[in-house]
Amino acid sequence: MAIEYARPGRVRPAPENFLSDTDIESVQNGRRDFIRKAFVTASAAMVVPAVAKAQSAGDPAILNLPEWTTSLGMPVATHPYGMPSQYERGLVRRESPGLTRVGGSSVSFTPLQGLFGIITPSGLHFERHHQGWHDIDPARHRLMINGLVKTEAVYTMDDIMRLPSVSRIHFIECGANTGMEWGNVAVPTVQYTHGMIACSEFTGVPLKLILDMCGADYKKGRFVLAEGADGSSMTRTIPMELIESGEVLVAYGQNGEMLRPENGYPLRLVVPGVQGVSWVKWLRRIEVGDMPYGTKDEAIHYIDLMPDGLHRQYTSTQEVKSVITTPSGGQILLDKGFHNISGIAWSGRGKIERVDVSVDGGINWMPARLETPVLSKAITRFNVDWTWDGKPAILQSRAVDETGHVQPSYGQLRAVRGTSSIYHNNAIQSWRLAESGEVSNVQVL
Amino acid sequence: MSRFSKTLIGLMVAGTATAVFAFDRYENIGRPATPAEVAAWDIDVRPDLVGLPEGSGNVDDGMDLWETHCASCHGVFGESNEVFTPLVGGTRADDIETGRVAALIDQSFPQRTTMMKVPTISTLFDYIRRAMPWTSPKSLSDDEVYAILAYMLNLADLVPADFELSHENIAEIQERLPNRNGMTTDHGMWPGASAAEGGIGNGGTPDVQNVICMENCKTTVEIVSALPDYAQDAHGNLAEQHRGVGPVRGVPTGPQPEEGAAPAEQSSAAAVLAIANGKGCMACHGLANKIVGPGYNEIEAKYKDRPDAETYLIGKVKSGGSGVWGSIPMPPQGHVTDEEAQALVQWIMSGAKAQ
Ligand code: HEC
Ligand code: HEC
Repeated sequence: MAIEYARPGRVRPAPENFLSDTDIESVQNGRRDFIRKAFVTASAAMVVPAVAKAQSAGDPAILNLPEWTTSLGMPVATHPYGMPSQYERGLVRRESPGLTRVGGSSVSFTPLQGLFGIITPSGLHFERHHQGWHDIDPARHRLMINGLVKTEAVYTMDDIMRLPSVSRIHFIECGANTGMEWGNVAVPTVQYTHGMIACSEFTGVPLKLILDMCGADYKKGRFVLAEGADGSSMTRTIPMELIESGEVLVAYGQNGEMLRPENGYPLRLVVPGVQGVSWVKWLRRIEVGDMPYGTKDEAIHYIDLMPDGLHRQYTSTQEVKSVITTPSGGQILLDKGFHNISGIAWSGRGKIERVDVSVDGGINWMPARLETPVLSKAITRFNVDWTWDGKPAILQSRAVDETGHVQPSYGQLRAVRGTSSIYHNNAIQSWRLAESGEVSNVQVL
Repeated sequence: MSRFSKTLIGLMVAGTATAVFAFDRYENIGRPATPAEVAAWDIDVRPDLVGLPEGSGNVDDGMDLWETHCASCHGVFGESNEVFTPLVGGTRADDIETGRVAALIDQSFPQRTTMMKVPTISTLFDYIRRAMPWTSPKSLSDDEVYAILAYMLNLADLVPADFELSHENIAEIQERLPNRNGMTTDHGMWPGASAAEGGIGNGGTPDVQNVICMENCKTTVEIVSALPDYAQDAHGNLAEQHRGVGPVRGVPTGPQPEEGAAPAEQSSAAAVLAIANGKGCMACHGLANKIVGPGYNEIEAKYKDRPDAETYLIGKVKSGGSGVWGSIPMPPQGHVTDEEAQALVQWIMSGAKAQ
């Protein structure tokens, strides 16, 4: 009875030593052979035995005690800074070939296909630099506040880290995330379609507190310029309303440790809900002013071309969006039967209210479970139980945020914005599941 | 201890002497900035030209400076579409009148150049001064920035060849920028106050909305685009980009390792690639694309039939060269040992494989 119950929810055990005669036959040609190849290439260390008749006594992984059960393990602090298992080495940041030409002004994508929950490990946080990254000496780093303030001031890292701090979990998404897909399908996996997003716990000081200390003129100074200390001295305009809300942080902490150099060590701006370019890394200066600054990354880039030839300027909010990460493009399902469809949803306007999932390309939808915590301007993990009958399917997710904004389809988005705007593509993603178990990237209007 | 307290006293004196913080609950944190400090960092130029330094420079000088500092990446005429998106091109005389770039409307130009997009002249001055040349930002004097900008404006047919650009006439250029009327802020993606309240845009109302439909939401599912095979293979072996356990595996794509292929050979290619990265070769050469210098695939193709290719190229790597591939020279790579140079050249000549 228990076995009967477990069957629909069974995931085929790997490696495949438990094959019946008929299984062996089907492995020799066809779908499982494909899977077997996937095993071999996915992990050279995992030696897949030549398909052989199952040992009748049971699973050799149980019957033959492995070396980790029969020998002494490694001592503490073998790695003073711990590393992921060697078996996880495929899950790393990767570039998309041909997207950019020089590594100093490029993107590496987060491997969303392998992540759980809502927090992105700091070492897997996507990267986007405009002029390379440096590992800045924190003792020589300064934050300057100038412009419409009573006292123009300078802070050392000691100063900033002495101030009362807060820790908040927020997503950061590049405005160009999914930008390669505006016109057509271009890339194979969720790492490349959606991997310019990460979600971390950031620790720092509300910028409001520092501006208060300097006596900011909140009446005239409705715009703030943030500037980085790198070669590009990246600049972006931030609305004072967001700073007054207390949400904007001058942050030094990320996931319990200091920021990683690639993410702005020792200081970056955290601007919840707003595209990543505004979260100025290596933050060195904040200027309070009375008009937007029209910087290079708000007058030449990060502007959205509309079908009428006008560019939208100062588009900053990341609107409601979601994607299924398992199963997703470039994957192959091990078997029919039970599968947990899992994905992430987020909105720059607040909390995720609900996520619905379709397995028939958007004809019918079922509500997904939102896993806790559900936080404002953070990634929310969703899951749906599903039994795959082995027939072709098209998987989609559709998120709704607390303002009632419903994630649009490609058809809806393109009808208004065309296909050339590069930035802010929040369309519903479709993954086509073939009978072979293979999942690929497709677009449905 | 005594050194420390002296510093503190110094700071406190400075603090009381010059200014008092408006909010003094956080005592002894931060200090007022000196005017020289603010001047050193406050280099932004706003669209209303506040922040613009005094100075001038002409097209002729700008051309020389451009060739020295900018042409290697952006092309002699700002046309460098082989490496970076061109800075200049795609604008017409009419655009100067209308302030709208017609090629953005009829999409007649294949790329969007900088000059086709930029609506504010301040942006170009500000950005070149703060960030270019890319590898040595902030090395240009203000006059040099004026001269280079004058040259760019001349390339775009906005000013004549004998033009001198200065802080006094730059506002007139703003009135001629081809895309000065090409921006709109009428959207809901500014997270601050609306335009009506002194901010930007409509106050946050989205332009595209969907509905929550649960059943029979449409009758057909039309797949309008699917992944082309080349794009699947272009991203390497997807099987290696997925976990080896769990409910799914990655699909094997791209060239598959031969059964029993010598792994030693593969890792040696990876090791040489690491040398190429570590010694900075990859900043100027792509495996299969030109950056500043030729792609390694091009080098292999050019010399594959030359018997002394290895010796010749090792010499080139060590002592640098110019004129073979274009006017941009390769500096001598003196920091590379003889063994490394040999390994690099052998690697290039055997296909410069990543793995
Ligand atoms: C070593 C290569 C290199 C050199 C030399 C160089 N640039 Fe650049 N330039 C770049 C890169 C890369 C970018 C894009 C930076 C980014 O991603 O933010 C860029 C961007 C620009 C832009 C912004 C254009 C746009 O559409 O993004 C301008 C303007 C510019 N450069 C002007 C210059 C000028 C003027 C010089 C000479 C003083 C110069 N560059 C020298 C590599 C270079
Ligand atoms: C600053 C940019 C730069 C760097 C760094 C650089 N190269 Fe070059 N390289 C060039 C250019 C430009 C050329 C073309 C020179 C010419 O036209 O003769 C070139 C040419 C070459 C050639 C062909 C020479 C010929 O005569 O055809 C080889 C081989 C080569 N580079 C290898 C390397 C290696 C190996 C490194 C790293 C140790 C390296 N390069 C670093 C810019 C660079």
